[in-house]
Amino acid sequence: MGGMAAPQVAPVETSATDEVPAADQQWVTIVWDDPVNLMTYVTWVFQKLFGYSRERAEQLMLDVHHKGRAVVSTGARERMEHDASQLHAYGLWATVDKS
Amino acid sequence: MFRRQAGRYVATFAVDEVRVLRKVASEVVGLLTDGFDHTDPVVGRLFPAVYPQDAPGTAEFRRYTEGDLKTAKIDQAGAILAALPDEAGGEVRLDAEAAEAWLRALNDARLAMGVRLEIKDGTDLGEELDDAVAEDPASSRVFQLSVYAYLGYLQESLLNALID
Repeated sequence: MGGMAAPQVAPVETSATDEVPAADQQWVTIVWDDPVNLMTYVTWVFQKLFGYSRERAEQLMLDVHHKGRAVVSTGARERMEHDASQLHAYGLWATVDKS
Repeated sequence: MFRRQAGRYVATFAVDEVRVLRKVASEVVGLLTDGFDHTDPVVGRLFPAVYPQDAPGTAEFRRYTEGDLKTAKIDQAGAILAALPDEAGGEVRLDAEAAEAWLRALNDARLAMGVRLEIKDGTDLGEELDDAVAEDPASSRVFQLSVYAYLGYLQESLLNALID
């Protein structure tokens, strides 16, 4: 995979998001690029965990590789934390953020 | 290297390979048990901060998930140790569940070694090895780089056998 930049999440704009009730807030799970994970392995993990098609999983893997990060799932905060912990079990570098 | 054979994932290992795999799997277990230390960059990579800008949020997440994650990682490294032949070389036959545990455990071992070896994006393993050999063919870095490369081939062969 590509660069090994530390995860740097842009500061969240609070003014707009504060108006959204907490329960309806959308969160995202982000996977970051790292230099060790094999590209085929990352694709396989996305298919396995999220049930994505080979094509979609490959596109996400390439986004991670070329752009340094990709949003791999979107939803409620608890769900995203669950996804991130699953990704950690597979050794992927995952974080959670407000969408 | 692994191949698929009648629904099993099969590889034959020489005695040296068995020793290396036993060593790296044991080191991962050690890292996750007695040696567990959040300030170790390897632990930081295996248990990334889920909220990089929010230490209390990350601590809260860890309180609920870290125990299970640690157990899962110890179990998957244990799957390697359990399947290896004892002192000699020999054949390893994995069912689908054990094959996936091996895949994740090989990945953890590579992540740990990658941090220690300072593998970066664009690191050319062949060049790194040549440089290390030129400096001292008997060095630990030569051995570690060779093992890291070997684990990558092994993981890829298992993955290909699973996907096919």
